[in-house]
Amino acid sequence: MGMTITEKILAAHAGKDSVAPGELIEARVDLVLGNDITAPIAIKEFRELGIDAVFDREAVALIPDHFTPNKDIKSAEQVRILREFAREFGIVHFYDVGRVGVEHALLPELGLTRPGMLIIGADSHTCTYGAMGAFSTGVGSTDMAAAMATGKAWFKVPESIKFVYEGALNPYVNGKDLILHTIGDIGVDGALYKAMEFTGEAVAQLSLEGRLTMANMAIEAGGKNGIFAPDDKTVAYVKSRSSKPYTVYASDPDARYAELREYDVSRIEPLVAYPHLPENVRPARESGIVIDQVVIGSCTNGRIEDLREAAAILKNRKVNGNVRLIIIPATQEIYRRAMEEGLLDIFVAAEAAVSAPTCGPCLGGHMGILAEGERCLATTNRNFVGRMGHPKSEVYLAGPAVAAASAVLGRIAHPDELK
Amino acid sequence: MKAKGKAWRFGDDVNTDEIIPARYLNTFDPDELARHCMEDADPDFMKKAKPGDIIVAGKNFGCGSSREHAPIAIKAARISCVIADSYARIFYRNSINIGLPIVESAEAARGISEGDEVEVDFDSGRIVNHTKNAEYAAKPFPPFMQDLIAKGGLMNKVKSELAGKDH
Repeated sequence: MGMTITEKILAAHAGKDSVAPGELIEARVDLVLGNDITAPIAIKEFRELGIDAVFDREAVALIPDHFTPNKDIKSAEQVRILREFAREFGIVHFYDVGRVGVEHALLPELGLTRPGMLIIGADSHTCTYGAMGAFSTGVGSTDMAAAMATGKAWFKVPESIKFVYEGALNPYVNGKDLILHTIGDIGVDGALYKAMEFTGEAVAQLSLEGRLTMANMAIEAGGKNGIFAPDDKTVAYVKSRSSKPYTVYASDPDARYAELREYDVSRIEPLVAYPHLPENVRPARESGIVIDQVVIGSCTNGRIEDLREAAAILKNRKVNGNVRLIIIPATQEIYRRAMEEGLLDIFVAAEAAVSAPTCGPCLGGHMGILAEGERCLATTNRNFVGRMGHPKSEVYLAGPAVAAASAVLGRIAHPDELK
Repeated sequence: MKAKGKAWRFGDDVNTDEIIPARYLNTFDPDELARHCMEDADPDFMKKAKPGDIIVAGKNFGCGSSREHAPIAIKAARISCVIADSYARIFYRNSINIGLPIVESAEAARGISEGDEVEVDFDSGRIVNHTKNAEYAAKPFPPFMQDLIAKGGLMNKVKSELAGKDH
């Protein structure tokens, strides 16, 4: 019986020839990560074990990105826990302000996430690395602590849902719209405990960035992981970032799926998810919701391609007088490229604020908190109650083109309106 | 082990931002987190709930962020048990790992109203609604998780393995 890409990676890491959905396995992990919110608990629990080393100093990543540059004294104390632990235990991949970026943008850039790896992270958007053809999933701090000690984690092998995207993409439609459409179709628990396998000619045409955006939001459908089989683009990207080995897996033709869903992407237009769930998806063209703030950034859409898309729309235009536009390049490398390509100049000329890399406003940390009743359109991944500030504020989700056009128009709109 | 208390009702898709908003995540002190437990779902929850009370919710409870602060806040608020139709997987995993008692039961999630006196017997998987004179069955945990619960959570299991007790 054939296996899916997810089953193959899990089997390889459990030392088995094959695994089947529902099976509980203990598997070797290749990379364990945590951030300034989740790692302090993991570090406390790890220290209570009283052991003197992590399982592999090069396979633990401590990325203080959520409330950095430190927003208050308590946050500074939390980052200090990571910094001191990293020094004491010789953790290779700890990055402080000036080097740090949003974790799920930074680790692929550093070549730490490669095809065939098994990755766990104490951050729900760890599923992002499935875009590289890795099995990657979010866990809590305790799982992170246990894995730092043992190099292992337990998993229930998930059933897989196969998503097939065919057809040609419409203008301004990118990975964000495809994943919002998918979540709108299956709902926020539509893939609960399951693997989401993304396939088809339309996603083959997406860049790695677009695929990272899609895999990133697998968790918003309840998915355990989102995954793409590696292709030439994946291999070229990985080779440009790392000389370390990797393994390319693909699903067998006779692999079993719990469900098959097919989409004709030529029927998908730029979308926006309304409060307070990512499944509340509507066409941006029909919205017209008046907004107070726009945020372009995050582990979902803070990469160079996203900034280019926003800059193409913002060039020679100004942000609407009633809107605050905040742009956050996800890593220092992206920041620098945006500077060299003249994108930052376009943003500042448009009267947007450009910030250092941080998760910041996405989770209501800092750098753009909303007051009562305010509405924000963001390229982030969650629009839950109070996510970006006051419990009575609202967050709408869209891709960078809709976000930039809406910042100019002062209301949520299709970028076509600016033509 | 048993839990007994008054039921507090919540809906479907209660996310971890509602259980413990990120504005309080600059600490991981359980008592401080408990003060804000369920705040963005019901701002008065901690004024009303008493130690031992039970949270009852619909499908996909605990969706969203992986923050373990969510089950930690509920546990430190001395909620004795969460009953839901279904759980988001990271919340489920975190609750088992830290020893927050949770049970899955679609019929209990449907049948229990706010204020009902509810008793959960974790060994038999029976949920009794004393107010309505009704009884519901909880979905049993797989043996692997029963073992994890019996060992007192994941870190205790790791400790015993590191000490070679399991070999």
